[in-house]
Amino acid sequence: MRAAKALSYPAFGVGEPAAEPGIRAERIEKRLGGNDVLRGVELIVRPGEILSILGSSGSGKSTLLRCLNLLTIPDRGDIWVHGEKLAIRAASQHGGPAGILDHRQVRRVRASMGMVFQNFNLWPHKTALENVTEGPVLVKGIRRGAAAELGRHYLAKVGLSDKADAYPRHLSGGQQQRVAIARALAMEPQVLLFDEPTSALDPELVGEVLRVMAALAGEGRTMVIVTHELAFAREVSTRAAFMHGGLIEEESPPQEFFSSPVSGRLRGFLASHR
Amino acid sequence: MDIMLLLTSTVTLTGGIPLTLLLTFASLLAGFVLAVPLAFMRASPRKWLSLPVLAYTYVFRGTPLLVQLFIIYYGLGQVGAIRSSVLWVLLRDPFWCCLLAFSLNGAAYTTEIFRGGIQAVATGMIEAAQAVGMSPLQIKRRIIFPIAFRSVLPSYANEVISLVKATSLASTVTLLEITGLSRKLVSETFAPYEIFIAAGVLYLGLTFLLTGFFNVLEARLNAAPQARTHPRRVILRQVPHEQ
Repeated sequence: MRAAKALSYPAFGVGEPAAEPGIRAERIEKRLGGNDVLRGVELIVRPGEILSILGSSGSGKSTLLRCLNLLTIPDRGDIWVHGEKLAIRAASQHGGPAGILDHRQVRRVRASMGMVFQNFNLWPHKTALENVTEGPVLVKGIRRGAAAELGRHYLAKVGLSDKADAYPRHLSGGQQQRVAIARALAMEPQVLLFDEPTSALDPELVGEVLRVMAALAGEGRTMVIVTHELAFAREVSTRAAFMHGGLIEEESPPQEFFSSPVSGRLRGFLASHR
Repeated sequence: MDIMLLLTSTVTLTGGIPLTLLLTFASLLAGFVLAVPLAFMRASPRKWLSLPVLAYTYVFRGTPLLVQLFIIYYGLGQVGAIRSSVLWVLLRDPFWCCLLAFSLNGAAYTTEIFRGGIQAVATGMIEAAQAVGMSPLQIKRRIIFPIAFRSVLPSYANEVISLVKATSLASTVTLLEITGLSRKLVSETFAPYEIFIAAGVLYLGLTFLLTGFFNVLEARLNAAPQARTHPRRVILRQVPHEQ
């Protein structure tokens, strides 16, 4: 049974050597609660790139991130992950919701993209280690023993070797978020998605999470980070994007983005966050 | 009151405990197995899945258990199709009729208890599971149900205790569990006071043990999990089973 699961999880790009790596999203539209949250966004994430997405709340940045692994299904638009186009059904004109057409494909794609949430979302009935090993065991079919070893490796990586057997409610917010990062890493994903990973943390706990993320950035991983931490974005990103009104208003390398922004809105945004 | 009679009849009535426990645990097991999938159907946003289950729980929670038992025991025998079917082997036996009634009734209550727990699981837990690529079944089995079960354990414990007491209805269809045995004893000795008190003491003892078991279970499951500020204890509560 485990073996069958493992077989249903082929590596990316098998049989598609010419496939374009990274993520490409085209003309993404999403309407939520009567608002046009995304209005035809275009986004490319190249391998090894660290893309920060900034913007005021309500600008659509979290929704865009969630569209990349289809936790939110776009109403219209196309998404390619490592050259594979995601099979989604567009929302109908009469209000029929958008849907996933190929659930196996989506599970495979999600497994290749680690996601870290604003509220950590650790499973409360599992220890830190079990939170980390659950995905590798269930989704990749890795044996429990090997998965535990893998889990300990990644808990060590986020500095939590001594908390393997602790339950989430006994951990601080910063520790919980680091376990969540280890959980994402344990799937050995090709892309890491961060949805405001420090927004729910007490100020004194933000640093430990950002340090872990900076270390990951230093390993040449592909990361997409929705954040309000401007200084962090400036330091670790290879590219920064500013969203406003459901569109990417400006994007550029961090030096230009922060030092000589073109759009007036971005200038205002940066000024108000100094 | 005759204390000696009270004591001897308590001893005699312990002979009914095995049947009471068998009825309780067998219908508990059947009810649980039925209730888990039904609770997920009931919690589904799809109307065609949730409405039939709602109809089932509505009927079984909205009518007295005794009436359900009588319909099954006395009523089904009048249906020719059932009398001539294989089912009759079981349904002519009062034990199986009781088991069927208690299981279906218990499953209805348990379904609604679990449904509440399932719907209370935070979406973030489910999204985290989706994000690592788990299948819907894996998410239900490994994430949603364990979290839901822990949160509804006190209500479920109450349901189990109600069921123990509800098994006394089996005495109305000739079964000699604790209550049935008491009635038999009363008709022989004409001492209802002592004998029914003895029966009550035995039920109290069973309830005491079960309450203790669930308190231990809850403490063990929660030693870890489930953010909760103060421990909730299992309490004896008015029987939800209509009698």
